Amino acid sequence: MWAFIHKLGSPKWFYTISARLLPWFWAAAALLIAVGSIWGLAFAPADYQQGNSFRIIYVHVPAAFLAQSIFVAMAVSGLIFLVWKIKIADMAAAMMAPLGAAMTFIALFSGAVWGVPTWGTWWMWDARLTSMLILLFLYVGVIALRGAFSSRDSASRAASVLAMVGVINIPIIKYSVDWWYTLHQPATFSVTSRPAMPMEMWMPLLIMVLGFYCFFIALTLTRTRSEILRRESTKRWVRELAGEGG
Amino acid sequence: MTPKRRQKLFVILGLVSLAAIAVGLTLFALRANINLFFSPVQIAAGDAPFERTLRAGGMVKEGSVSRDTETLDVAFTVTDYVDDVEVRYSGILPDLFREGQGVVVVGELTSEGWIRADEVLARHDENYMPPEVAQALEEAGYSPEDYQAKAAEVAKRMEAQAGDDDSRQTN
Repeated sequence: MWAFIHKLGSPKWFYTISARLLPWFWAAAALLIAVGSIWGLAFAPADYQQGNSFRIIYVHVPAAFLAQSIFVAMAVSGLIFLVWKIKIADMAAAMMAPLGAAMTFIALFSGAVWGVPTWGTWWMWDARLTSMLILLFLYVGVIALRGAFSSRDSASRAASVLAMVGVINIPIIKYSVDWWYTLHQPATFSVTSRPAMPMEMWMPLLIMVLGFYCFFIALTLTRTRSEILRRESTKRWVRELAGEGG
Repeated sequence: MTPKRRQKLFVILGLVSLAAIAVGLTLFALRANINLFFSPVQIAAGDAPFERTLRAGGMVKEGSVSRDTETLDVAFTVTDYVDDVEVRYSGILPDLFREGQGVVVVGELTSEGWIRADEVLARHDENYMPPEVAQALEEAGYSPEDYQAKAAEVAKRMEAQAGDDDSRQTN
């Protein structure tokens, strides 16, 4: 077990193993998102109160899930990089940040579009919306901090620290709807409790959430692989690989 | 794990926990401001300011909505199943505005104890269902049960809060 993790920490091993996993994750992501969106947008029943605008949930909830999960993944990668000096972790964290920021933006945007017909406003400074906006700023901060240093090592360390401190925001986002009075309703989708909607509405949502996670894994692996080649371009195995391909 | 790495791990985890405690205490101190709206119980207890813009939230009491036939004026009661507050509004209500549904109203609390609303926002709960299911539930007489469960929950929370206040006063 430990030997496997240590091997995974070596760029060359990671590059070889990820090549084998990658097609599966891309295929699963494409399949799940295709099935989930067609099912959710065309076949799932409309809501008894919101009608068809309820279908925004099939984008909004998976994006919001991913926005938070990616930040946690980034913080964990940062910890692994700072303590164990595993470079792969830092590369992965750097590659995750833009996707996380994009997902946060999608969650905020789809939420605003959804808010107009249901709540009667597109924005309200309630705890959930505000903490989500802070998450977007944190992502932008992590990306900017990484770009602000000329030395890669300082940039990586600063970005890791910000990600780890920023992760405090994640439980605040998650529990904001329970701790305070908010305009946003409590969580609909939970793995642990009974779904708050019937199966024919819940299944496409589950499929979309899984599809988004597969997409995140596939994209991060792909981008980390190119980052490995970029950072290790002077290493012999990369040169050999390039010689082989070219 | 080498001692150096262990030390580093503890330092990092320690700093993050300290930051978490700082944020937690700040949010705890600001909790009254983070709440988006006053509930009718808080208004009845006199926590809400008069003649200043505030937000109040709760459920639209069933059977309380009365519309003016000539104008857009509408009056309804917002309740948390413990206390009520009357709201008067002139304007277009959001599509989701319904009796038994959540609302947040933005307006001023008058000295007579009712709210002059400038804006009414609909809240919705986390339950979604197809129209047929909702109809079937209603026919079976199930839908009010949800509200009762909610009412019990709110009442329990208020009791707990009242208990807190009492203990604070005796201290």
